[in-house]
Formats: sequence, structure tokens, C-alpha cells
Amino acid sequence: MRDEDIIVLQEPKLSPAERLYLPQIFDGMVTTLRHMFSLKRRQQVVRQYPEDTRQGRGELRIANYRGVHRLNKDAEGRVACVACFMCSTACPAHCIHIEAGESPWPDREKYPVKFEIDELRCIYCGMCEEACPVDAIELTPHYELVGRTREEMIFDKEKLLQVFEETKHTKPRKDPPITDYGLTGGQGKDVASPNVERKV
Amino acid sequence: MTNQTIQRVEGALRNPLVLVGVGAVLTVPAALVLVLAFPLYRGLLSDPFWFPLLVMAAVLFLILNATAVCILAERKIAGFTQDRYGPNRVGFWGLLQPVADGLKFLLKEDIIPRRVDKPLFLLAPCLALIVSLVGFAVIPWAGEVHWPWMEAGTTVSTQVARLDIGILYVIAVGSLGVYGLVLAGYASNNKYSFYGGLRATAQMISYELPLGLALLCVLLTTGTLRLEEIVNQQAHSGVWYVFVHPLAFLLIVICLFAETNRAPFDLPEAEQELVGGYHTEYSAMKFALFFLAEYAHMITGSAVAIALFLGGWAPLPFTSWLADNTAWWAMLLKFGVYLLKVALFIGVMMWVRWTIPRFRFDQLMRLAWRSLVPLGLLLMAAVAVLTLFGGQRVWWAGLGVNVLVLLGVLWWAARSKQPMTGRQEDLPPVEFGAM
Ligand code: SF4
Ligand code: SF4
Repeated sequence: MRDEDIIVLQEPKLSPAERLYLPQIFDGMVTTLRHMFSLKRRQQVVRQYPEDTRQGRGELRIANYRGVHRLNKDAEGRVACVACFMCSTACPAHCIHIEAGESPWPDREKYPVKFEIDELRCIYCGMCEEACPVDAIELTPHYELVGRTREEMIFDKEKLLQVFEETKHTKPRKDPPITDYGLTGGQGKDVASPNVERKV
Repeated sequence: MTNQTIQRVEGALRNPLVLVGVGAVLTVPAALVLVLAFPLYRGLLSDPFWFPLLVMAAVLFLILNATAVCILAERKIAGFTQDRYGPNRVGFWGLLQPVADGLKFLLKEDIIPRRVDKPLFLLAPCLALIVSLVGFAVIPWAGEVHWPWMEAGTTVSTQVARLDIGILYVIAVGSLGVYGLVLAGYASNNKYSFYGGLRATAQMISYELPLGLALLCVLLTTGTLRLEEIVNQQAHSGVWYVFVHPLAFLLIVICLFAETNRAPFDLPEAEQELVGGYHTEYSAMKFALFFLAEYAHMITGSAVAIALFLGGWAPLPFTSWLADNTAWWAMLLKFGVYLLKVALFIGVMMWVRWTIPRFRFDQLMRLAWRSLVPLGLLLMAAVAVLTLFGGQRVWWAGLGVNVLVLLGVLWWAARSKQPMTGRQEDLPPVEFGAM
């Protein structure tokens, strides 16, 4: 570090009145009083939340916000999940419960018969989304998540697919999927080995 | 009730007219009963034993409700100073927020942690509240009253307990207030609570001294400990003691903040340092009792300060208007004036709370021991000398002494090396190694 980079800050000298501390207090009180009676500033700053949300700067529209989950559907409207249990293994909060069954479709072996996420236990870390090999589970920017009972907040497969229907316009499923093993219609290439043609 | 009914009720209560209607439905019958039953309790009103009891009941009712309103006011003021609105959802302009808060406190789960000292744990909040409420006994709310049906010349007092040692009683009870906090901190078996309790004790001990010294200044002028006498003197001469002893008033106000554990002296419950302080382990209604106790303590404290310095029920300074009037309407007016003064005082306390950041503990101690106590001693000595030489005959003599003391303090502050607030001395710049 060079000498000229050092900035030596000296505390300003206090006048006798300032040393008594009280004049400064009255100064501060005048400031707060001014704020107390500035209705205009209040109206500019405050948003009455449920009725009025922030617009423009500070508005919540970032696509990677981690809100409530959804289960994606593939192009044919089937649930994209292949019940590999990657997400429930990765989940630090142990809040994903999957029951796998034999898939009725020829292009995959398993599918989730039951898929439940306890949204109250979830810490919204996004690990499940990272873990999923077929991008079936995703977090959406929806954060207005309330319920009157704990049971209500355990989202089952239908509800998660419903969330997908509601959010697919604002946040479409990643396309092409990063890894689809060439199985979901074949337009995608495996990122890990893109030149390998995969057979069904 | 279904969700929709709740929503509809909620919406209706936001309408001011509905709110006024509900209020009228609740209060008009009560008022009617009071008016119709008047012949029944007429005798009680003029009885020197029963009337103070009635006043006590009325005041207790008023104070307990006032604490609820205070909490709303506190949150509103907090909101306004921070450019927010404060609570504005429950009822019109958030007016029903205290009701919602109260319901919540009642319905919350009441947890008693396993390893607490149970009897003390339960006793602490009760003690805090009781102690802050008994202080009201000696407040001379509205002086004497003469009801039209009483014999000419006789009056009854609106003061519950007419003690010779009025002020001493207030101090004794006021310092007991810390007992609840210490017990809570001790019984909780939690280090942070314990710290809170310890801080409360240290703070209370330190700030009782300047409080007592400042009180002595006034008592040297009044020559009596009776609060009703002190108020009477001010009302008759029109000279409120704040004009005679402004510095003593300042000391008392500062100590009042410390005694009631309000910011900037709210170290016993410093959230950022001690989780919640002495009430960390308390929940539901027990926590609410601490809350109530704090606000009741504020009301008592400010009522006493007003009786001592701001003329009590005297409506205007520099006149003796209403001083000798004992008509019942004058009593109501005096009572209203007193409550208004208390409300203003508490408003200022809240305003200060949301303006000034909290002291560090060493600053707190330094402020008490190195500035307030010497200042109090100096003031008391000066006033004592003044009294000795008969200087109390003109009221501005006391004011002159105060000005002299203030000048002296300013001179001292200009010369002393370290400011009272405990800012560190200049540190030499520290050399860091090459990066
Ligand atoms: S966001 Fe995190 S905690 Fe929630 S389900 Fe996914 S992995 Fe589990
Ligand atoms: S990681 Fe993806 S594919 Fe595997 S079980 Fe979870 S959601 Fe289904």
C-alpha cells in the first residue's frame, strides 16, 4: 500500500454544545418530526402490499427467484419426472416424498405415482432443481404461498402440475432440456456427450 | 365462521361509520345505566372513603385501556417517523389493532420452559404489572371536588391515597419496578434474560441517584412531600416548577426514560444484543403483562413528572385559573387537562424512542455517574444555598441559578478532554503491512 492511499480520518472537533449531547438530540427530533408529518413522502415510498405491488425498479420478476415448486410436463402433457429420486436425495430439508411406479409409457421405466412436497418444511434452496436430470422439478417466482392448515401446504402431484399450468407462460420450461437422454422426442442432445446418438 | 363472513366483518369494521356505530352500541347503554343509577350511587360520590375508590376503579380501567391505545400510538409513531403508515388494516385507520393484539396474546400458546424457576417465573410479570399500577394511588388527578348536594365548604379528594410521603412512595414503588424484571431474568434460566435483568438493576441503581437529587431540588422549593400540595402551589402561583428548575426537570425526564427502560435506555431488552432481554422466555399473556407494565410505568412516571413540574391539573401556566374552583365540571376539566398532559408527555417519550439510538452500556454508566450525578449534586447545592438565603421568594431566582449552572457545565464541557457521550479519543493511524 502506498502512503498516498492512506486516508487518515480525524473525528471532527465537537463544540461545547455538541459535547452536551442534548442539542444534537433536539436536532434529531426535528428530523423525525419532519418525517412524521411528510405525508407525501410516505405515499411515495409505501406500497399497500396485497392491493399494490412494486412496479419498475424493485419489482419481483426475476426468473430465477426461488418460490413455490412446480412439476413440469413434457411436450405430450405427461409428467416429465422419471421418479429417479435425485431431488429427494439432494433435498437438505427432506421434504420431497416420491412413490415410484412402473411407467405406462414405453420411453421410460418409472414415473411418480405419488409426488409430494411439504412446502412448510422446504427451505427454498433450489437443490432439487439442480439435481433433477430431466428438469422436471423447478422453482417458480411465485412467493404468495399461504394456507390455513399444515396438510393444505403439502403439495401433491396434481397441485404441482397445476402450478406448472399456471406459470408456464411467465416461465416456460427450459427448452431444450439439458439432458433428456434423447428420450423425450429426440430434439435434445445430452450435454455430457452431445455427439452420441442414443437409442430408445 | 367461514372465511367469507370474517372477510365481510373485517371490511365493515374498516368503515369509520360502522366503527362509530359499534362504539356507540357498546358505550351508550353503559352511559345510560350510569345516568339512570345516579341516585343510587350519589351518596358514594360524596363519601370521602368511597369516592377515591371509585376514582381508583375508573382510573385503573382508563389506564389499562390507555396502555392498549399507547401500543397502537407507539406503532403509528414508529411508522410515521420511518415514512411508513403503521398498522392500518384492522378497523378504520388501524384503530382496532389493540383488540387484535389482545386477542392474539390471549390465544397464543403459553409456554413455560422446562428448567425455569417456576414460582418466580410466574410471579415476575405479575409483580412488574402490579408495581407499575400501585404508583397511581398518590397521583392527585383533579384536586378537590365539591358536589352540589354536599354541605357547603366540604369537599372530597380525587386522590386515592393522601399520603404525607407522596413522593417517597412513588420513588419506593418505582424502584420496585425493576424487581419484576430481575426476577424474570433470573427465573428464566437463560443467559440473555439474565443479562437483561442484570442490566436493569445496574441501570436502575445508577439512575435513581440523579432522579433523587433532582427531586430534592424541587422539594427544597416546595417544602412538602405531598403531591397534592405541590400541585396546589403551582396552580395557585401559576409558576410551574419547570420554570424554576428546568435543569432538574431535564434530569428527571432523562431518568424517567431510564427507569421505564425506554429507548435510548432500553438496554435490559436490547433485541439486537440480548435476543429479547429479560422477557426472552415469556410468551402469550405473560409477555403481554410485561408490555402492559412498561406502558403503565410510563403513564405513572409521566403523571408524577407532570405533578412535580408541569402543574399537574393546572390548565395554563402563569394564571391561577381553576385553582380554587371545586365544581364538578371543573373537576372533569382538570382531569381532562391532566390526561392530555400525560398523553403529550408519552407522545414525546415515543418520539424520542424512535429518534435516538440506544446507548452502549459503558456510555450509559458514564452518562449517569460522570454527568448526571455531578450535575444533580451541583444543582442541589446551588438550590440549597439559594433557599438558605431566602432566594426562593421570587421564582426567577431558581431559574437564574439554573442558567448559572448551565453556563458552568458548558464551560466545563468546553474544557474537558473527553465528551460525556464517551466518544473515543483520537486513535493514531494504524500501519498495515504491504498488501
Ligand atoms: S428447494 Fe431445497 S428444500 Fe425445497 S424441496 Fe427443493 S431441495 Fe428440498
Ligand atoms: S429429480 Fe427430477 S426426475 Fe428425479 S424424482 Fe425428482 S423430479 Fe423426478
